Amino acid sequence: MRTIVKKNSRWVMIGFQIAALVLALLFTTLILVAAGAPPLEAYKNIITGSFGSFKKFSDVLVSWIPLLLVSAGLLVTFATGLWNIGVEGQITLGAIATTWALRELQDTSLPPALIILLAIVAGMAGGAFWALLAGALKTFGGVNEIFGGLGLNFVATALTIYLIFGPWKRPGVASMSGTVPFDETLHLSLFPGLRLSPWALVIAIIAIVIVYFLLQGTYFGLRLKAVGKNFRAAYRLGIPTWQHMLLSFAICGALAGVAGAVQVTAVYYRLIPSISSGYGYLGLMVAMLVNYQAIWAAPVALFFAALNIGSIQLPIVLKLDSSLSGVLQGMLVLFVLIMEGVRQRISRRS
Amino acid sequence: MNVELRGIHKYFGNTHANSDITLTIPAGTIQGILGENGAGKSTLMKILSGFIHADEGEIVLDDKPVLIQSPAHAIQWGVGMLHQDPLDFPPMRVIDNLLIGRAGGLFPNQAAVAREFKLLAEQFGFSIDPESYVDSLTVGERQQLEIIRLLWLGARVLILDEPTTGISAGQKEKLFATLRILAEQGKTIIFVSHKLEDVEVLCHRVAVLRQGSLVGEAKKPFDTKKLVEMMFGKEISLGARQVVEQHGCVLALNDISIEDVRLKIRNVTLEVNGGEVIGLAGMEGSGQGAFLRACAGMVHPVGGNVKVRGRDLTGKSYHVYKRNGVEFLPAARLEEGLIPGLSLTEHYVLAEKSKGLFINREYGIRQAQERIASFNIKGTPVHTVESLSGGNQQRALLSLLRDPLSLILIEHPTRGLDIESVIYIWGKLKERCRKNTAIIFMSSDLEEILQYSDRVLVFFSGKVSQPLDASTISVEQLGQLIGGKGWAS
Repeated sequence: MRTIVKKNSRWVMIGFQIAALVLALLFTTLILVAAGAPPLEAYKNIITGSFGSFKKFSDVLVSWIPLLLVSAGLLVTFATGLWNIGVEGQITLGAIATTWALRELQDTSLPPALIILLAIVAGMAGGAFWALLAGALKTFGGVNEIFGGLGLNFVATALTIYLIFGPWKRPGVASMSGTVPFDETLHLSLFPGLRLSPWALVIAIIAIVIVYFLLQGTYFGLRLKAVGKNFRAAYRLGIPTWQHMLLSFAICGALAGVAGAVQVTAVYYRLIPSISSGYGYLGLMVAMLVNYQAIWAAPVALFFAALNIGSIQLPIVLKLDSSLSGVLQGMLVLFVLIMEGVRQRISRRS
Repeated sequence: MNVELRGIHKYFGNTHANSDITLTIPAGTIQGILGENGAGKSTLMKILSGFIHADEGEIVLDDKPVLIQSPAHAIQWGVGMLHQDPLDFPPMRVIDNLLIGRAGGLFPNQAAVAREFKLLAEQFGFSIDPESYVDSLTVGERQQLEIIRLLWLGARVLILDEPTTGISAGQKEKLFATLRILAEQGKTIIFVSHKLEDVEVLCHRVAVLRQGSLVGEAKKPFDTKKLVEMMFGKEISLGARQVVEQHGCVLALNDISIEDVRLKIRNVTLEVNGGEVIGLAGMEGSGQGAFLRACAGMVHPVGGNVKVRGRDLTGKSYHVYKRNGVEFLPAARLEEGLIPGLSLTEHYVLAEKSKGLFINREYGIRQAQERIASFNIKGTPVHTVESLSGGNQQRALLSLLRDPLSLILIEHPTRGLDIESVIYIWGKLKERCRKNTAIIFMSSDLEEILQYSDRVLVFFSGKVSQPLDASTISVEQLGQLIGGKGWAS
């Protein structure tokens, strides 16, 4: 009897999610129609723009890597019941730390591979440090992590601008285009003819796999969940609660830092003002959309990355702004959350 | 105003919080409502003041049946309630607190309201500055403010829920004088309390509630013995008392003092032996909760020291106490005890020492099955704790206790459980006693305290009695002490 009910509710759940997808599409279509654009044409463009060729798909993967890293990190903080809005700043600090390490080491005699490795480790440390700041503000200062994180995001952006226009400025005139690009020997190697780095891809996949097992099968993951679901009971059961919170911040920050490091070593090869590219906020959406289940993070992040890349050519082909992908992503998250609310309300009534 | 409650029923899930309560209160009366915690007093008063709705029954005000939809609606009918914790706005001025409750134009006439406020305050000899901020007032003054506010809004029935908790003796005198004046003016006063003394001094009539039912009424002068009997009921047989042999001192409290927002506990010295059970009696909030938590390191005493099996743990955290064989079981099972959203298996895994990095699922499930069987929990290893019934949650909580332990501290071990579960759970606890574990528990059920404790401590407003021998003291004596009678002050 019980299993039948459970099975039913799983199908009902999937039904609601499909309804959410349909509603999101419907709503975006309405907006397109209102803007006087042909909706089908726009969707077709997004699809061909992202999956139309192998090259395009590889570009999707380039965008997928940082998004997946950030989503993996956020799954850890969400498991602990924390809203790590500061993840955006943690990516930025990762990028800054990586840039710093590369600048410090580029003129030494160390082998380039080692320099890149050290730079990525520095990025991890930078992101973790920034996350720990938000965590410390919460645990010791009583500042909600949402506010602390948001504040630190602004500080991180300001710090980037300061570095680009101050100590790390290009010779001559500083510019918004960023710091001096690093020598090619310090780039993460790419697949020939593509912009995709196999190393970065491997790092991202390893990260999500580790997070999956961490949350699924380890004592540590279970303790994080316990802290997230009931802080006081977890303490009573003997779990050191604030230590686990800080650790989960550090893990998320480290992964966000790697994302920042990848942006520097495999995408831009320098520090640019908006180095985090909004991947932090997008990662929050992915984590919410997958209902904090690690197993779904990879495909959903891929879908989001595809929307991002697919909409790049919209301005050229259809004279539409490429922010259309953002509209669709936002709608999707909103409708999934709404439908979840509706489902709970209905199931409570029955 | 005459107040009549007719056949009031209220259910919360399976709990029958109010069962067929019929009560008539004539205008000009001070009506006491007595009963222990959970007897249904607050529920009944919340129904009368519009916070919640009765499932059955009606409210009649001056012979007119009314349907009270909300507290704001209640005050329009002239019914106002003063809550135990004042429901005001501390960061705002006194005058703003008045203005908030009244519908009115965009720009309220502050000067006129201040004048009216002063007039009312003078009438009762209150001295509150309408311009002062509420958070600068004492609890007693906030109560006065609330009384003025309700009268100003036109209350003719005033309900006071445990109003004498947390105010000084002088303020209590003033409050009682005020209530007497109001009654003479023809207002109806409903005074909810568990303090026998206050009720006896102030009230004209008393109604006693027990387990949701109205069990009796009495008029002045009151017979204390009879009131106690009505409040706590007659003894039910739980079988013979078991006495377990005691060995060695497990917990030594030396001259400890505890302070929290409401009360101060001073200079308690106590030694508890292995195998011994200590019951803490007293009305909710009399200090026994803070005392219990102080024994677990969850509240730090402001003076004195705590030793567990001879080791001084004063000022250490709960986790240190835990490592020394102390466990605390809270009454709020789903808030503090268990983790909603996690399964029984996951709870057992968390409670055990971790072996390696990865969880051995099969071992966890086997362990869960064993505990579920030995504690007779109605559920499976994959059931989440919130899907269990209250009694089974309590069993789950007990099944999480490690073995061996030196000391178990329990808040309300059997609250809300049926008699069979009570006997079962105490069977399990006494097993622990035979393994030389000491138990300290608090309960509002006097039968339970007398049945299962070796010694009893009674708490009243932060005062702690000497340990009383549970085999010689009676329910009645205990009831009187709990109600604040018979204390050498």
